[in-house]
Amino acid sequence: MDRSAVDTVIRTLIEPFNKKQVSIEDSTTFAGDLEFDSLTVMDFVAAIEDEFDIIISMNQQAEIETYGNLVDAVHTLQGK
Amino acid sequence: MTDTTNQAPDLFDKFDGIIHTRTELLAGGVEDPFNLVMERVISPTRAICNGRETILLGTYNYMGMTFDPDVIEAGKQALENFGSGTTGSRVLNGTYRGHRDCEDALREFYGMDHAMVFSTGYQANLGIISTIAGKGDYIVLDIDSHASIWDGCALGNAEVVPFKHNDIEAMDKRLGRIPAGAGKLVVLEGVYSMLGDIAPLKEMIAVAKKHGAMVLVDEAHSMGFIGEHGRGVAEAQGVLDDVDFVIGTFSKSVGTVGGFCVSNHPKFEIMRLVCRPYVFTASLPPSVVATAATSIRKLMQGGAKRAHLWENSQRLHGGLTKLGFTLGTTEPQSAIVAVIMPDLERGAAMWEALLKEGLYVNLARPPATPANMTLLRCSLCAEHSTEEVETILGMFERAGKAVSII
Ligand SMILES: Cc1ncc(COP(=O)(O)O)c(C=O)c1O
Repeated sequence: MDRSAVDTVIRTLIEPFNKKQVSIEDSTTFAGDLEFDSLTVMDFVAAIEDEFDIIISMNQQAEIETYGNLVDAVHTLQGK
Repeated sequence: MTDTTNQAPDLFDKFDGIIHTRTELLAGGVEDPFNLVMERVISPTRAICNGRETILLGTYNYMGMTFDPDVIEAGKQALENFGSGTTGSRVLNGTYRGHRDCEDALREFYGMDHAMVFSTGYQANLGIISTIAGKGDYIVLDIDSHASIWDGCALGNAEVVPFKHNDIEAMDKRLGRIPAGAGKLVVLEGVYSMLGDIAPLKEMIAVAKKHGAMVLVDEAHSMGFIGEHGRGVAEAQGVLDDVDFVIGTFSKSVGTVGGFCVSNHPKFEIMRLVCRPYVFTASLPPSVVATAATSIRKLMQGGAKRAHLWENSQRLHGGLTKLGFTLGTTEPQSAIVAVIMPDLERGAAMWEALLKEGLYVNLARPPATPANMTLLRCSLCAEHSTEEVETILGMFERAGKAVSII
């Protein structure tokens, strides 16, 4: 899957978690703009992991601050 | 005039949020739930707190061993014969006869080959988890794990992969996605202390083994009480033989302080040299290991007390349910009964109303709690009498009505 296809899938997955209908750019942050708490992060990460059949460990999550970081990370991980 | 342009920020600024929440709570006039002083302790179930005689229902002193005459006597003797402290690490001058004897008591208690005593249960988790799971290994753990487990993960270099609480399928999927050749450690707890629920260890351990993972189970809240010999939830579910490492503490049923890991792993003893939270800290005082060893051996004979503790747990759980409180579990699963509060304000008000009635329970609040709940956690003791549990229910009824929670 190329980066833009990954982006499209994640955009659909994020919808139920984007309670405030924040418009999503590559620079949108999860903690700041989307106000995700730790429980939301866990459920959202689980949804992505199941969709792409990958693991995003906590160590990797620590590096992911923005939506763009996430798409990049998933794009790299699913290619492996 | 001081130049403020290159002044670094106050490192305490990051705590402003929590300082604010606390100030607001106390401004409401409630007694500080996190600053209670026990002026005198009368027994495992009674103390004078803030000037009032109080029934203790939040101590984790499940088996009431803190005032056991044999335990006290063992501590006194060790204090007299071996002094007040070891002033040294277990691997230098800090292993006395009593430390060895305490480890023997643990091996007898669990029927396992190896036992290693740490200065606290927190350090046991910190040490074992961070040491056995290294770079390139994977730790798969329940999202509701105790802080000491999370800190053990943070101290080490393994990849950390959490799954939803007690979700067998979520755990299975994550284990299945770990790259071939990587080491795997699954970390579970027998009893989860926030809601008092237990883990389906039988199913979870079977899944872990299917994926070739090693399994560590923290049985802090089940030792002495759950399972035929009080070995914990893994024993009760018949899977203790499949657990590679049991972590436990002396600060609950055993009634003193300290932590441990027991294991049948043939190479386990090497931990004593490579586990930094074991090596780089002083060992427990002689009196502490003497009280622990005596208490552990007495717990092996604790069948009657265990039965009464179950009765207490069922009576409290049933009574609170009948009064209309919302509890953490629909059935009593452990000696912890968690009462779910609508919010922190009313939780704190209820906590204070109970204290004024003469009852101490634990107030637990986010972020330590799952799903950001505010909880009044009650932990029963085998020394609570049936009448005391009825008294406690009366206190909950009056306080609950006064605060309009029921
Ligand atoms: C599940 C669990 N593990 C470990 C610990 C730590 O035990 P200790 O009090 O001996 O540090 C606790 C107690 O707070 C606990 O609840």
